[in-house]
Amino acid sequence: MVLTDAARDSRMETSEDRGADLRLSSITKRFDDFVAVDNLDLTVPAGSFFALLGPSGCGKTTTLRMVAGLERPTSGSISIGGQDVTKTSAYERPVNTVFQSYALFPHMSVFDNVVFGLKRRKVKDAAAQAKAVLELVELSHLGARRPAQLSGGQQQRVALARAIVNHPAVLLLDEPLGALDMKLRRQMQGELKKIQMDVGLTFIHVTHDQEEAMTMADTVAVMNAGRVEQMGAPRDLYDLPKTPFVANFLGKSNLVAGTITEDLGDTVALNAGGNRIMVHKSRTTSTVGSVLVGIRPEKLQILHASDAPAGPNQLRGRVSDVSFTGVSTEYLVDIPGIGALGVFSQNRGQDSAERGDEVVLVWDTAHTFGLAGTEDALSGIEEAAVL
Amino acid sequence: MSLLATRRQQQTGAGKGKNGRKRNKPEDFRSPGEVAADKRKSHMGYWLILPGFIFMLLFFVLPVFSLLATSLYTKPPGADIGQFAPALQFSNYAVVLQDYWAELIRSFGFALIATVAALLIGYPMAYLVAVRLRHRNLLRGILLVLIIAPFFTSFILRTQAWKQILADESLVVSALQAVALLPEDGRLTATAFAVVCGLTYNFLPFMTLPIYASLERLDTRLLEASSDLYSNAFTTFRRVTLPLSMPGVMAGTLLTFIPASGDYINAALLGNNQDTTMIGQVIDSRFFRVVDYPGASALSFILMLAILALVTLYVRRFGTKELI
Repeated sequence: MVLTDAARDSRMETSEDRGADLRLSSITKRFDDFVAVDNLDLTVPAGSFFALLGPSGCGKTTTLRMVAGLERPTSGSISIGGQDVTKTSAYERPVNTVFQSYALFPHMSVFDNVVFGLKRRKVKDAAAQAKAVLELVELSHLGARRPAQLSGGQQQRVALARAIVNHPAVLLLDEPLGALDMKLRRQMQGELKKIQMDVGLTFIHVTHDQEEAMTMADTVAVMNAGRVEQMGAPRDLYDLPKTPFVANFLGKSNLVAGTITEDLGDTVALNAGGNRIMVHKSRTTSTVGSVLVGIRPEKLQILHASDAPAGPNQLRGRVSDVSFTGVSTEYLVDIPGIGALGVFSQNRGQDSAERGDEVVLVWDTAHTFGLAGTEDALSGIEEAAVL
Repeated sequence: MSLLATRRQQQTGAGKGKNGRKRNKPEDFRSPGEVAADKRKSHMGYWLILPGFIFMLLFFVLPVFSLLATSLYTKPPGADIGQFAPALQFSNYAVVLQDYWAELIRSFGFALIATVAALLIGYPMAYLVAVRLRHRNLLRGILLVLIIAPFFTSFILRTQAWKQILADESLVVSALQAVALLPEDGRLTATAFAVVCGLTYNFLPFMTLPIYASLERLDTRLLEASSDLYSNAFTTFRRVTLPLSMPGVMAGTLLTFIPASGDYINAALLGNNQDTTMIGQVIDSRFFRVVDYPGASALSFILMLAILALVTLYVRRFGTKELI
């Protein structure tokens, strides 16, 4: 998809060519007794594709609505491109939203929907720009239709076109793919990402789908109970979660409680139910006392007990469950003193273990991460399961 | 084929024609009784409208024809009062039009002003209850009951009450005189103003309720989308709320304007029998006092056709596909 000349020219006219920085400072939003967003600080750099990821009720949509101006923060301030917009109304902000329900105007044609924002701002050549954006989302042939005559995927694109045609400083997407079926969703994820790179706007994407957030965004902020738990590039978040919630919500994790016993310079050794586990100091939030150590299921290698190499990071146990999924096999292994650990093993022709087999789990120390032992190891599991 | 699939086939079978029947074997196993039941079902709809059809035929279509016939009757020379002979005297229409065109125009004028006033009062009321108080169920219920409450008292009584409200010694009149909006010797009772007030008041629920019904369905997320797209409150109302509530506005204005143009009680009770006379009053007096049946019928017919013409023009101009 290529940006047409008309759309490109109009971009030149706008002052915010690459979108604008968005900064939320100590934002709190209370609804009666309920704190939806709790003292949130967030900076989204211009031109980035930023995802707010979290379970329902974590405050991500409320945050988005405050940026859009549809909700007033109880305290704190919001600035866009260095300008404080906290007290301005929605219609005065250089921000557009793709609503979860699309919220297309049912009494207007697709074209009139798309041209709506431009007309309100009395933009010259509004019609040409609207046509160009409809072309960008490949809907130029449906401009005369009413939204009700379109499929879900087409409506989604109209909603997107209606927002990006205005070249907002920040584009807000509120679960924009939530209503689409899985196949269409994957396809639209790719298209959205591409459009974002084409138009170069700052996108803030709210979603509860961790895969969607990781596929599309440059930066993901994981939200829980009105706060940002952790923020970073998808790979960094997955590789080195800082809280059990992030470890469990973003992919799966085996979290094991242990006590640090030795300081070995770069690494610390800990005792977990009689097993010796190593963690790099740079990969743990706490280096003394009790900790939670985490290993991702796919980082675990499952070996027959007799094949066990020498060294640390070995957990002996018995296979309690095996499920074959084609490309991979998932095992549950009971480790005495620790409990059940999940193992995710790519099927590459190796011998598979059977239920009841004595096995040993080994992994590279570089893949262990350590979390504060005071935290709840189960945090985020339930939230991830209900999605 | 499963039982479920067979049933579905039967339901959609009517549209499928012969080809569908032949391909789908289970169709062949339907008993003659089932076939007959299907046929009965398809004719059921016609039987259901029969009572309504007979009712309309007896109490609307026949009376209209009888009215049309009466409007062309003639009064034979030397006949008693109220005695007429069947004829085709089209001049009846010309005569009543010549005599009462002013009352006809005035009726439409009053009805138009009352409709506009009811719209200006009723729309904000409906908007408040349907949109602003959407999540306040108790308050919304109470206000809805208050809108409908006037229906629980008689039309005549309510109109009579307006006579008191606008009487010379009433609070309203003295208050208006105190702030010099009304001259010292000015009065409201027995004026055109009083008649229009009565009409507006009496037909207000007919305006408010249809608008309420359409605003109640309004998706408020569309209003958010509109403000997100640089519309202030006024533009959002003009571009989104109003167009989406047009079916209600159309229904409300028609339900107000049509009965208001033919109304005679408000003019009779609140007017002055001179410059506030409406066509309904004229028809009433031609029928019951002057006993001029052809004249009254001709006027009724003219009123009916005029309303039909005005409404057609109005719907053509502002109508929405959703309504008709």
